[in-house]
Amino acid sequence: MAFRDEWLRARAVAWKDLMAERRSKAGFNSVAALGVTILVLFGFALGPDAEAIRAAAPGALWLAALFAGVLAFNRSYQVELDGGALEPLLMYPGARRSIFAGKLLANFVFVFLLLVIVIAVSLVLFHITVPSTWPRLLLVVLLGEVGLVTLGTFYAAMASRSRAREVLLPLLLFPMLVPVLLAAMQATKALLVGDVMHDAGAWTNLLVAYDVIFLISTFLAFDYVIEA
Amino acid sequence: MLARRFGAQWVLRGVSLELRSGVAAGLVGANGSGKSTLLRLLCTLLRPTAGTASVFGADIASEPDRVRELVGFFSPVPGVYEDLTAMENIRFAATMLGRPAGSAASALERTGLASVANERVRGFSSGMLRRLSLARLLVHRPRLLLLDEPYNNFDAPGTALLNDVIRETLAFGGSALIVVHDVASAMPVVNEWFSLTGGKMSPSAAIPVGSPSPSIIPALGMSGVLH
Repeated sequence: MAFRDEWLRARAVAWKDLMAERRSKAGFNSVAALGVTILVLFGFALGPDAEAIRAAAPGALWLAALFAGVLAFNRSYQVELDGGALEPLLMYPGARRSIFAGKLLANFVFVFLLLVIVIAVSLVLFHITVPSTWPRLLLVVLLGEVGLVTLGTFYAAMASRSRAREVLLPLLLFPMLVPVLLAAMQATKALLVGDVMHDAGAWTNLLVAYDVIFLISTFLAFDYVIEA
Repeated sequence: MLARRFGAQWVLRGVSLELRSGVAAGLVGANGSGKSTLLRLLCTLLRPTAGTASVFGADIASEPDRVRELVGFFSPVPGVYEDLTAMENIRFAATMLGRPAGSAASALERTGLASVANERVRGFSSGMLRRLSLARLLVHRPRLLLLDEPYNNFDAPGTALLNDVIRETLAFGGSALIVVHDVASAMPVVNEWFSLTGGKMSPSAAIPVGSPSPSIIPALGMSGVLH
């Protein structure tokens, strides 16, 4: 019963965030535009060398997701701060982890839609053919997204209590994301070139380990970071 | 006894107050005297630096979940989502509070917002936003009302509605602690007055303007809600 209540609350928070985002529109459009701009700039910087482009594509993809994601994570708490809604949200009875779960869910959907656009643009811009191992590639993208969104949502909550939240979030988030992004990028790169060295599995396992550790620790610590 | 400091500055220096069931207490004091901080401590939005308090037996530090079920905080900031409609805002509150979705419609009806229930909150006046906050409180129906400047932006019918909600809470054995500058609006419901000066509660319960009519003072239970 308690789990069902928490799930209903988490779902309500996610629905509320996504509905507010869909209606305001400004958020997703600007975030998607930033992601595409980063990819286009990478394309120009790398020039016509197809080999160089293919080698750099995974890095460009995950960097675009990272920078655009930071904007999204900041916005997810800005919705609460704009109308002074954070206090009522924290005043609702029940475990506050359901608020975190709801925000996580909304950010996951938001960043997933962003990744769909970024990947589609990458395929065209970097002349990437979809490999036969695409289900594994999809798994890597989802695992990488879980790590990115978990840490992003958590540190955005921490930064939301500060007046310098826009500056604070990248400072806190980027160092923590290095292992996740490194593993996601290496696994993506390996799968795009056919995984000839069979190292995609090791990077994927590392990604799973990071995701599990970060998911558990952020759920446990959320109560403390959201306190005033 | 409660104390709270921000950095080196003590805002509350040891506040002691017992509020009985069925009592609405008015809290007055100058700006910066710690009135809002006291309410935020009691509704678990802040943690005390020293001391403790309990709400209907639930300790604010060790049982914050239970306290949040019992307490409704009515802040001067509406705390609503501007891109959602009035109905969506209150339905969201109902879900978070574990109340049936149907309670949202009746709360909006009661607060006079039924005709704009499906309109986005972005275009609402400040008075309508206050009514929307009040609708959220109606869905919650807490036992202890913590009201911070509750009469701001309310017209006369809005003030009367708020006082009705306070009376209903008292009639069901609840209590209210009301931070007010507009003492006249609160006079019909408040039956005990306190003042907070320099972070300390005045020992003598000062009654700033007259006495409330005895007819509105409900039968008082003796269960302490705040120590």
